[in-house]
Amino acid sequence: MRRGRRNGWVGLAYLSPALLFVLIFTVYPLVRMAWMSLHNWSLLTPPRWVGFDNYTRAFDDRQFWVSFGFTLKYTLIITPILIIGGYLLALLTAHNSPVRRLTRTVVFTPVVIGLGVSSLLWYWLFSTDFGFVNTVLLDLGVLKEPVVWLGVDADRSNLAIIASVVWKVIGFGMVLFVGAIQAIPSDVNEASLVDGASYRQRVTRIVLPLTLRTVLLVTLLSVIGSLLAFDQFYIMTAGQPQNETATSVFFVYLNSFPYLKLGYGAALSMVLALTILAFTVVQLLLTRRSHT
Amino acid sequence: MRRRGYLVGAVCLALCAVMLLPLLASVLASLKPTAEAAASPPTYLPGSLSLDSYQRLWEYQQGLPVYLFNSLGTAVLTILFTLLLTVPAAYGLARFPVPAKELLFVVLLLALIVPYQALLTPMFLMFAKLGLTNSLIGLAVVHTAIQLPFSLYVLRNSFAAVPRELEEAAIMDGASSVQSLRRVFLPATVPAVVTVALFAFIMSWNEFLGALVMMSKSSKFTLPVVLAAARTETSLGGTDWGMLQAGITISIIPCVGVYLLLQRYYVSGLMSGAVK
Repeated sequence: MRRGRRNGWVGLAYLSPALLFVLIFTVYPLVRMAWMSLHNWSLLTPPRWVGFDNYTRAFDDRQFWVSFGFTLKYTLIITPILIIGGYLLALLTAHNSPVRRLTRTVVFTPVVIGLGVSSLLWYWLFSTDFGFVNTVLLDLGVLKEPVVWLGVDADRSNLAIIASVVWKVIGFGMVLFVGAIQAIPSDVNEASLVDGASYRQRVTRIVLPLTLRTVLLVTLLSVIGSLLAFDQFYIMTAGQPQNETATSVFFVYLNSFPYLKLGYGAALSMVLALTILAFTVVQLLLTRRSHT
Repeated sequence: MRRRGYLVGAVCLALCAVMLLPLLASVLASLKPTAEAAASPPTYLPGSLSLDSYQRLWEYQQGLPVYLFNSLGTAVLTILFTLLLTVPAAYGLARFPVPAKELLFVVLLLALIVPYQALLTPMFLMFAKLGLTNSLIGLAVVHTAIQLPFSLYVLRNSFAAVPRELEEAAIMDGASSVQSLRRVFLPATVPAVVTVALFAFIMSWNEFLGALVMMSKSSKFTLPVVLAAARTETSLGGTDWGMLQAGITISIIPCVGVYLLLQRYYVSGLMSGAVK
């Protein structure tokens, strides 16, 4: 043993509890899920091998496409709002002054609240007869009649839920963007000031290009999070009307648990996991580059 | 230049107001007397203050103490499991020439690539066999599996940043690897350990889908699950909005509290762990 070096096998021993845990509680379920997806199985009957039937069935299942399409729509609307909004907030608050610091803290606060709980809060705010959204809009004269926000019209429900999620998570991107903007060397900024660059020029030519990697990263995180949306829809619309607002994860949940179509649920989970995998690989490549 | 400063200040304060209003509305609504809390249209400010809603929540079904115990118990177990697994693992990864280290690290971070939402079905079946459904330990295991990659990543970086001289000095003094871990590494990595515990707490306290799937007995519900159930169940001939607000307020207090107390750790954890 070299001086001041530890033995590799001792290190492996330190690693082994975590390794064992991951093997049992992540790797094994993953393998099991792949196996299940190739079987027809409800808890009542023994599993029966059906090959790729569960996958082709998903392809022909109208609800699969409804859920996928709805999740995609949700993702495509909310992501630009979160990224552009978060970036504007970061530009506004990146300098350290008391009022900006306070704003960062306040805007970030909903991020630490649970999505389930914030969805309940907004379920109340958007409720037709008891919520403040209608009350305020009626009192301001914007609305003549109370609007049924949730569970009747898919697009209107989507907008209400997007508003609530933007409130809940916009601070996440903001904080990461503020970190990236503050990491720009101050001499770069000073040089551009000496050159007489306007604020807009500095933002588009210096700040934005130098923080682009963080913007991409947050965009990916936001896309992945949105594709996995569940809590807000389960709580605020319960998938209504007619499962039109049931997202992909919601659809997996419905099949696996209330319906107990375990094989089908597993096949849907596989499709979901593979979709997410594509985005995660890009994300990991992006982060890895930043550390080397 | 000065006018612009005022403008920024005004915009900032307006933003703060917009972000805080929903929270404030919920807290105020939780303090309305029973009849007022059920009024339609709602009153903006409570006519008088009352703890009626908290009283009803306290006695709701199994009673608030049961749900608080479930949520808090799961969160504490999650912190415990996460630290017990990831502190030694981070030490091993950062400080030992472990064989096939790269491969093992990838396996350990696997849960980063596979969303846990997709793994819940096989996990549920396994837990049903092991008797880990409707169990705080079982739910804490799910939460630990979710939280493990982030925690390991943050801790490994922190362990790797401890100066080599400190460790070598300990080894020259004849310290065993366990002694170096306790005397050299743990004191030097306190901020990372706090960060990991903080994130584990907030995640576990807030997590919804896993708790919904794993806990089917209402005596084992966590706070978010019982509140979600209460949103449609009737007690006063409709949703009990006042009680719901009381529940939301109680759920929010611990996470906002620890966040405000440990903000420094939270933000640094977010920066270093943005992989997740």
